[in-house]
Amino acid sequence: MALNPAQFKICKSQKVIIQSEPDIVNVRRQVREWAAQAGFSLTVQTKMMTAASELARNIYRYAKQGHAELTLLQNEKRMGLQVVFQDNGPGIADIDLAMQDGYSTGNTLGMGLGGTKRLVDYFEIESSVNKGTRIIIVTWKEIK
Amino acid sequence: MDKILIQKINNFLLVAIQEDMDDQIVLNFQEALTEQITKHHIDGVLIDISLLDLVDSFIGRMLGSITAMSQLLGAKTVIVGMQPAVAITIVELGLNLNNIKSAITLERGMELLGVNNFWH
Repeated sequence: MALNPAQFKICKSQKVIIQSEPDIVNVRRQVREWAAQAGFSLTVQTKMMTAASELARNIYRYAKQGHAELTLLQNEKRMGLQVVFQDNGPGIADIDLAMQDGYSTGNTLGMGLGGTKRLVDYFEIESSVNKGTRIIIVTWKEIK
Repeated sequence: MDKILIQKINNFLLVAIQEDMDDQIVLNFQEALTEQITKHHIDGVLIDISLLDLVDSFIGRMLGSITAMSQLLGAKTVIVGMQPAVAITIVELGLNLNNIKSAITLERGMELLGVNNFWH
């Protein structure tokens, strides 16, 4: 669903700093906890956690530091878990290239953001060279 | 977690991967594993990933590397215990783990490696 997360009410929000490898695990844990609490299925929790792990690791690897901000969104019909990854790192010069799948055995280049995008419902990326990068991911769940 | 435990059982190795691995732990593990394969003339490596509730590109790359390294040293590798949600996610993420053999249980994994009788 290409819903705009800006049109939803915020239930709760929390920032997690990313500046070391253990922080990547913190981000994953937090995402897992909130996704589980919000009632997402195990598969969706796993996808969300994996996407968060990829994006958090990118921040650690390329920008050295940044943060992930988790937000629980809601309206009458659905609720969403949003995670915004923000850093003031080197930025991405060619976003189209970065969005291409970069995963193959032995390939250590590229971030392969395209794969991460497939794991979530909403994916938005903004980046400027030498200024930083901001990536927003959201996964929705219908409220019965 | 400080390091990954490698258990030797006759001519194969059993390893259980837990979460919270960092670059250094992975490097140390790869060194220890390749050393053991060579030292004990290991024919097969069973990698138990049942404790992993996610496999991202970092772990995926590690599994691919271990398989390739082991193969160069003449040992076969089988991963066992992948959780269903993890399998779904790996495919959607686009991780290429095609060179890695997988078995659903430890017993099947051992069969795949050609270990007929566990208890001599």
